[in-house]
Amino acid sequence: MNNLYPLFNVIIALAAAPLMFGVINRIKAFFSGRKGPPLLQLYFDIGKLLCKGAVYSRTTGVFFRLAPSAGLIAVLTALLFIPCGAYPAVLFFPGDMVLVVYLLGAQRFCMLLAALDTGSSFEGMGAGRDAHFSVFSEAVLFLCLAAMSAASGSVSLNGMLFTAGGRIWQVSPPVLIVVVFVLYIVLLAENYRVPFDDPNTHLELTMIHEVMALDHGGPDLAMLEYAAALKFWILASLPAGLLFPHGMKPDFFGNAALFLGLIALTAALTGALESCAARLRLVKVPQMLTAAAALSVVALIFLAK
Amino acid sequence: MLDGILMLLVLFNLFSLGSTRISASIRVVAYQGAAIGVVPLFLPGKIPGGILVTIVLVTLLIKAGILPWFLRYAQKRVNVRREEKPFVGASASILSGVAALGTAFFISSRLPIPFAVASPFIVPVALSVSLTGFFIIISRAEALSQVIGYLILENGIYLFGIALLLEQPLLVELGMLLDVFVGIFVMGITVFHISREFEHTDTSRLSGLADWLPEVKRSE
Amino acid sequence: MAILLFLAPFAAGLAAFVIKSDRFRRRLLFSVACAHAVFSLYLCLFPSGGEDYRWLWFGLDALGRYFTAVFSLLFLCASFYAVIYLKEEKSRPREKKEEGLLFNNAPEAAFTGCLLVFLASMSLLALSRHFGLIWIAMEATTLVSAPLIYFHRQRSSLEATWKYLLICSVGIALALFGNLFLAVSASGQGPGTEISIDRLLGPGVRLDPLWLKAGFIFVLVGYGTKMGLAPMHTWLPDAHSEAPSVASALLSGALLNCAFLAILRFYQLCLANGLGPFCRELFLIFGILSMAVAAVFIIGQSDYKRLLAYSSVEHMGILCFAVAVGTAYGSMLQAANHSFLKGALFICAGNILAGFRSKKIADVRGIAHIMPWAGVLWFAGILAICGMPPFGAFLSEWIILKAAFSFGNLWLPAVYLFLLGVIFIGMTGTGIRMTFGVPSIPGGKKSFLSLLPALLLLLLSLFLGIYMPAALDVAVSGAAALLGGQG
Repeated sequence: MNNLYPLFNVIIALAAAPLMFGVINRIKAFFSGRKGPPLLQLYFDIGKLLCKGAVYSRTTGVFFRLAPSAGLIAVLTALLFIPCGAYPAVLFFPGDMVLVVYLLGAQRFCMLLAALDTGSSFEGMGAGRDAHFSVFSEAVLFLCLAAMSAASGSVSLNGMLFTAGGRIWQVSPPVLIVVVFVLYIVLLAENYRVPFDDPNTHLELTMIHEVMALDHGGPDLAMLEYAAALKFWILASLPAGLLFPHGMKPDFFGNAALFLGLIALTAALTGALESCAARLRLVKVPQMLTAAAALSVVALIFLAK
Repeated sequence: MLDGILMLLVLFNLFSLGSTRISASIRVVAYQGAAIGVVPLFLPGKIPGGILVTIVLVTLLIKAGILPWFLRYAQKRVNVRREEKPFVGASASILSGVAALGTAFFISSRLPIPFAVASPFIVPVALSVSLTGFFIIISRAEALSQVIGYLILENGIYLFGIALLLEQPLLVELGMLLDVFVGIFVMGITVFHISREFEHTDTSRLSGLADWLPEVKRSE
Repeated sequence: MAILLFLAPFAAGLAAFVIKSDRFRRRLLFSVACAHAVFSLYLCLFPSGGEDYRWLWFGLDALGRYFTAVFSLLFLCASFYAVIYLKEEKSRPREKKEEGLLFNNAPEAAFTGCLLVFLASMSLLALSRHFGLIWIAMEATTLVSAPLIYFHRQRSSLEATWKYLLICSVGIALALFGNLFLAVSASGQGPGTEISIDRLLGPGVRLDPLWLKAGFIFVLVGYGTKMGLAPMHTWLPDAHSEAPSVASALLSGALLNCAFLAILRFYQLCLANGLGPFCRELFLIFGILSMAVAAVFIIGQSDYKRLLAYSSVEHMGILCFAVAVGTAYGSMLQAANHSFLKGALFICAGNILAGFRSKKIADVRGIAHIMPWAGVLWFAGILAICGMPPFGAFLSEWIILKAAFSFGNLWLPAVYLFLLGVIFIGMTGTGIRMTFGVPSIPGGKKSFLSLLPALLLLLLSLFLGIYMPAALDVAVSGAAALLGGQG
């Protein structure tokens, strides 16, 4: 039974991931004084979309059809490598962090191909921006992971977040706080949140993620949305895993609740941030990410010493 | 705790490199001075309490109090808000700051301190603060920014001295502090003069003096 | 007693700020300069008086005595010139030819006060036995000499002042790092070891060589900035050309030497710890580089005060070169000669500037016809500083050349001679063009009195070139002995 716990954790992630977007939206609604959509809105949306059929433009090709499912598979695979609090990941091997980052990259690649496949200039623009910014955010993510591996002495996500337990904090707490901070910035950038992109915008010219999903419909769109929710979960698991109170030694349900709580907290923070901050000008985004990269290099230097 | 302060100092570095607003830079320098000022409190040392408190208070007064106040006053008087045309942009400056940190770590790994120190990060951080100050002096055109850079440079040196060599005679340390203090004032007064005489304080436009110029360039 | 060398000018300097009467203030300046010169000369030539003088971190050894005597003599002549200069400046607001703008001068009280405090801080530097104190004195010289450069309230001097302040402050900050490194290297002697010369040169003291090396590099670059070693010399031509000639003479003749003294203090420690070859290598690099840079900029220089400034860069290079090839004796002698000659030349330049109202070489022709005394002194000074016999510079440069030959590597004397030759051609060519030829302005009168200090300084150098009194020889050898014997 014990060996099955990691699998259960994955199932919890699969079930709870869309909830996080609900949390974000509720928080935003709270800040602006509205009631807001129900917490489970994304489930309803996905359910509704799955019941519909997909419509394909005559100009699109095979990439457009394959991309949503391929992307979802990539993210699902990545999820298997993520440890959950006091329980290990389903799969792990030394260096798996590189695989996880590239699986997320593969999902992005699918999105970009699909967007370009439509031949729409707006989608092309969004794809271009996404590719541009991801150059930075991916590097920052790698740097953070390198810093974490320097602190924990392990080169797998499982080793850093599960095996090392709380010992990773013994090296240098202030530096690790910086890592957590930068990981959060990466989370915002990779998930197209404010201040990098505004998911609520209605102007195609300024969108990044939303514009790439414009031409998808039905189950395809459902898969895209679900993959986005899982990606949020995966990236939120990294700071959550670092901050996880290993000293408490929770049982399975306590652990799941704690972890869920941490990720929900991340989501709530994101919602609060989106209510207070405005989107950066596009030219400022690389600067912001450069600053984040600088921070992560600083952390890496400190931790590697 | 000491590591936290040192990390904070590095973050202040990066911030001052990234910001082109002079008032923000002055504020960061003040924070930096305050952070350096309290460092002696976290050193395991054999310094008598009275002297320790004196050093901390004098440092805080000068580095986090008077000098930032004076810079602020100078800024208002010469009326510059931001660095309009730095020679190096914000992103590149920040990356240079990171490179400076790397260099500092490299240098300090080649120069092992021959006695026990409170934190292995003191030397590299002190060097990197100084290098940052140096970089700001070089890369900024506004006279006040250069003064700020000089202050950051001195902060780094002061950190090095106070964290490693607190046992040195107090008189000499205070003399050094005083010299820096007067130095900043003299520079500030020169900045006043420049602003009155030229109606700007952009040092990249102070180019009347050079070799092999047949005509003295008339400043605008 | 020797502490008076610092205290007297310091007190007089502070007093000068508040004294209202111009005449009294000028007299104060001159009399303090006289007393300082007599006392320091006495200490230098008859050292029994102050041999074992030690109080706190103050003290005078042979090196300190020698440098003090040199800059004190220069200061005496400069202050004589300053008194005359200030009298003349007082009478009228002046016009600068190039800019055609009217400008006023800084208050005379501040100028005199800064001059005296400048002297005080240089004396402090020579007196200090503690490296922290040396650093403080060094920074103090920067701070009090900045107002001297900005005496003429005009844009170009302001620009020069800014460059001077910023570059030298950064340089001195680096030197502070060097001092801290020294403290780290001394930590093996127990925590809180005093970084004073006497303590660290004491018996059985071993310094950590790695940190001492790093410290020496920082100190050489830091104080080297102040000394005007290339490539950190960039402030020097600007400051020297924009400062009033009194200040230029003092900056060039006294301040640069003091910076050199500060480096030599560190070099003493390095010698005692067996780092002599390492230091000399660095001296060699900076020395030759300085001479080369100066040679490049002297050829085709269009401003005669800048010409003199670059000549200072050259001579600082020679001083380093001399130490590098192992003749501290030659270096000491050269330092004195350079001080006197450069002082004389800058005072001449001040007179020429007052007569011709231009610093451009092209605007100055036929000095000999208009101002015969200035012309003669100017030309003689140029020849002397290029190392023509029978002036002292010839002797010292000859000693250095000899040492370079016996150093083993033939490239060194070859490069040295080549650079000296290039500079000789550049400077004398300019000197001839300025001194002779058809006058570029219709006559002007100039009092002989304001040239008197220049004449005295030239005679001093001439004296050094043809006769070496035993007491002086002892003093120079004593100073050189502290730097690893004579060559």
